[in-house]
Amino acid sequence: MLSRLTLTQARAGLSARKFSARELATAHLDAITRLNPALNAYITTLPAQDVLAAADAADARYAAGNPGLMDGLPIGIKDLFCTKGVRTTAASKILADFVPPYESTVTANLLREGAVFLGKTNLDEFAMGSANMSSAFGPATNPWQKASDPSVALVPGGSSGGSSAAVAAGLALAATGTDTGGSIRQPAAYCGIVGLKPTYGRCSRWGVIAYASSLDQAGPMTRSVADAGLMLQAMAGFDERDSTSSNRPVPAFHEAVGKSVKGLRVGIPAEYRAPGLPAEIQAMWDQGIAWLKDAGCEVVDVSLPHTRYGLTSYYIIAPAECSSNLARYDGIRFGTRVDAPSLDGVYEASRAAGFGPEVRNRILMGTYVLSAGYYDAYYLKAQKVRTLIRRDFEQAFENVDVLLTPTAPSAAFAQGENMNDPVQMYLNDIFTVPASLAGVPALSVPVGLDGAGLPLGLQVIGRHFDEETVLSIGGALEAAAGFTHLPAVHAGAGA
Amino acid sequence: MSLDLATTRRIAKLARIGLEDAELEATRQKLNDILGWIDQLAEVDVEGVPPMVGTETEALRQRADKVTDGNCRDALLACAPETSGPFYTVPKVVE
Amino acid sequence: MSYVIEGQTGPWEIVVGLEVHAQVVSQSKLFSGASTTFGADPNTQVSLVDAAFPGMLPVINHECVAQAIRTGLGLKAQINLHSRFDRKNYFYADLPQGYQISQFTHPIVGTGTITIELQNGDTREIGITRLHLEQDAGKLLHDQDPTKSFVDLNRAGVALMEIVSEPDIRAPEEAGAYLRKLRQILRYLGTCDGNMEEGSMRADVNVSVRKTGEPFRTRCEIKNVNSIRFVMQAIEVEATRQIEIWENGGEVDQETRLFDPGRGETRTMRSKEDAHDYRYFPDPDLLPLVLEQAWVDELHAALPELPDPKRARFQHDYGIPFYDAGVLVAEQAVADYYENVAKGRDGRLAASWVTGELFAALNRTGTTIETSPVSADALGKMLDLIADKTINGKIAKEVFEDMVETGDSPDAIVERKGLRQVTDTGVIDSAIAAVLEKHPDKLEEYRSGKDKLFGFFVGQVMKETKGKANPALVNEALKTRLDA
Ligand SMILES: [Mg+2]
Ligand SMILES: [Zn+2]
Repeated sequence: MLSRLTLTQARAGLSARKFSARELATAHLDAITRLNPALNAYITTLPAQDVLAAADAADARYAAGNPGLMDGLPIGIKDLFCTKGVRTTAASKILADFVPPYESTVTANLLREGAVFLGKTNLDEFAMGSANMSSAFGPATNPWQKASDPSVALVPGGSSGGSSAAVAAGLALAATGTDTGGSIRQPAAYCGIVGLKPTYGRCSRWGVIAYASSLDQAGPMTRSVADAGLMLQAMAGFDERDSTSSNRPVPAFHEAVGKSVKGLRVGIPAEYRAPGLPAEIQAMWDQGIAWLKDAGCEVVDVSLPHTRYGLTSYYIIAPAECSSNLARYDGIRFGTRVDAPSLDGVYEASRAAGFGPEVRNRILMGTYVLSAGYYDAYYLKAQKVRTLIRRDFEQAFENVDVLLTPTAPSAAFAQGENMNDPVQMYLNDIFTVPASLAGVPALSVPVGLDGAGLPLGLQVIGRHFDEETVLSIGGALEAAAGFTHLPAVHAGAGA
Repeated sequence: MSLDLATTRRIAKLARIGLEDAELEATRQKLNDILGWIDQLAEVDVEGVPPMVGTETEALRQRADKVTDGNCRDALLACAPETSGPFYTVPKVVE
Repeated sequence: MSYVIEGQTGPWEIVVGLEVHAQVVSQSKLFSGASTTFGADPNTQVSLVDAAFPGMLPVINHECVAQAIRTGLGLKAQINLHSRFDRKNYFYADLPQGYQISQFTHPIVGTGTITIELQNGDTREIGITRLHLEQDAGKLLHDQDPTKSFVDLNRAGVALMEIVSEPDIRAPEEAGAYLRKLRQILRYLGTCDGNMEEGSMRADVNVSVRKTGEPFRTRCEIKNVNSIRFVMQAIEVEATRQIEIWENGGEVDQETRLFDPGRGETRTMRSKEDAHDYRYFPDPDLLPLVLEQAWVDELHAALPELPDPKRARFQHDYGIPFYDAGVLVAEQAVADYYENVAKGRDGRLAASWVTGELFAALNRTGTTIETSPVSADALGKMLDLIADKTINGKIAKEVFEDMVETGDSPDAIVERKGLRQVTDTGVIDSAIAAVLEKHPDKLEEYRSGKDKLFGFFVGQVMKETKGKANPALVNEALKTRLDA
């Protein structure tokens, strides 16, 4: 079953010439044709002949014995990465016809390593959301269904919901995501896959459409922890075009998976035991703790006292940055223009028509918190709280090597749920946001199902630039959990 | 802090998002809900705490003063909704 | 007596502060690799970063940072080892990002001073508040189409230094002197070419008026004035406008205005009508700019000699007056020229030749010091001919004119024209004899007490020798003969 492999397995199969990259690509093109109309995981698919041509080139490299890290592996690209000559929309009407004349650094790195791009995956408009409901191209649907009520369409999480749905359903072996406050980890958890948000600065932001610059980070969404390591190695690296890119060497991350975790210290933050945390999630967390103890880890209680202010700070900082980052969508140099007699008229009409309600609201919120008279009370205050949150992590990491928490406070919910209460929607990010604010790496690993048969994930958070320890711990959880469940909708079913 | 309609209108103007009056009121309510929730930040004591700017993991790198870019007018203008000859165009601006 | 404007209620003092935008001399833009050359085809010097395409990011130009530091050092200002870039958010067609990257709360250069010199020879210190780096905007063309404005982004993203003065200026003349002095310093440093016509130096003028001893009143900012003369005119008409408002019982509104030189008035800027709220915040795409003191020291050590110290040195080393030294250091190229001529020679004589004959010749021939028909070397050689008495001062002028015309060396000209000075006393004596023979009447008059005629005889003897006689020898010999 070619569309159920991990990257690691597919790579081994290609190397051993058990199947060709063309066959692998064809299987995925098939699966997309069959399932994408229902899942809407892709906004744009690449022409089959382009995909097959890329696969043939990969086959040639395997034949020549010099394949790259991702050679011949068919993957999805979140439609927030600019891809040269391929429409890039950010799931927004304002970029509905935008074809970038340039390739983002991360996707260029993946192409250099031989990856085969299948298409551009769905997301919340400009990556603003936790449910993939705000896409101008319609929501992506979670391939998982509640055992009790398969007719209810569930969200795949967000903002990288198209990527998580595609990987879970077998429409890609893996996909890129971006994470600003949890947009890789939360959809990974909702779809039963692995998602890794690397340390801020690990992956170049050049050519990735910005939401909140001080938080945005690209990362892999895969079916295994080792895959996340492999793909991160291909994506990461210093980029002189991004001033916030780190020039530390990029290790062979996947080699960290399978390493003994004996003696590592795992912190359990007291503040994440939020009141109202569903019992099933608490149970899963306790199970994770037990597994790591069994693997020889030492489990330690820690405190991250400012956790509860992470979410509010985030919902000041991210909108503030986005209000400025999205000013360039003005209908003049690219994107959709709505004509009007005056320049301001063009701005107002183009931006009102081009942005959906969630994006508009975040821009307005950001404009407000930066405006005269409010800056100190909101923006500056949030930046100070951000310092406190970062210090919380630094202090915790003096004592422990990683932190273990749930990824999200619930499993996937129904499309349309939580839509009228923004605060309720924002609470989905409560466990993921603090690591984003601190810039530390964090991984979501699927570890089991809830009572409704929906996947749940645990989050491993590590020190700045210590993705390797995070992956080691994630690997141990993965091995103990043995998560092999498949969603109701997947490419293997009925094929 | 609670948000009134005039302020909502002013920030929509600042952000150049043209909203109808009905949309303005709906927006005001939504933002007000979020602001009510955000106000819990007021209780944090940040006395003497410096603001965190970016993630501050690196110092600002500087590039050499070389011409390495530009000369791509056709590619740029091809993306524009409206151009005239070598220029972008906008409705006439009076300064 | 300091400058005041007489109103109906008595004299008014004016208070002026200047914000100068000086384009940094660099190959590429502040945050992108596109070229900065002036006058290129529209939109050819634009990168994806400058046009603010999705996902594009700024990376700072090292040389622009160095230029800002050099300028700060030249203004005797504080260099801030820790500075930061902020976004100034507003929408305009010449601003692709929807924000300008600037330095708001933490500029790279802090307080400094500029010493200006006034017509009457007085000097004054004008405080510098700060200097910061920021991006220039693009250019709008309004006259190409009846209903559209055209956008050219070639200038968008070029590095500017915004140099802000304290409100220390009290007269249009002082504003002019400040701008000339600032431009001179920038040119010496090579950090800005100071070319106001090409827009590489533009001034925003903050003007208010008050009665002597009062606190400041409301000011207006006159944007983008592009010549020193217009700055001085704008101050005067704006101050007059404000005085009229105050004297009629009105209030001056704090606003941004434009100067219309054709009409000689300022008017409200329409495009800036709505209240501004720039929502400054630290640019999250850029980290704090942290400088090493050692690098600043290195840049300091490599600074060229600036106009004020050079002027003092010229006075001291070459024995020339303060005023002349000022003229000679006005431009670096002139100062260098002068110093090449004066070195090892009579500095006063060199100064009078450079500021006199040379400047006149440059004017006449429409050339500049850089393209002068007479090199510093050649002028120096000519002064040597005067010093060694090969020619006298009068002949030197003739030689110099020939040098301007032909480009020949002074030696060659002296030889070609046979202009060598006559020092043979025999020749001079016989010339005197011939003159006295021709003018017995004048000799009579002289001897009967009309001393003034001595000059007449000198002139006649010089004429007799075709100007080549050594004037000192002629004087001496004549005296002996006439008084004998
Ligand atoms: Mg200004
Ligand atoms: Zn400025």
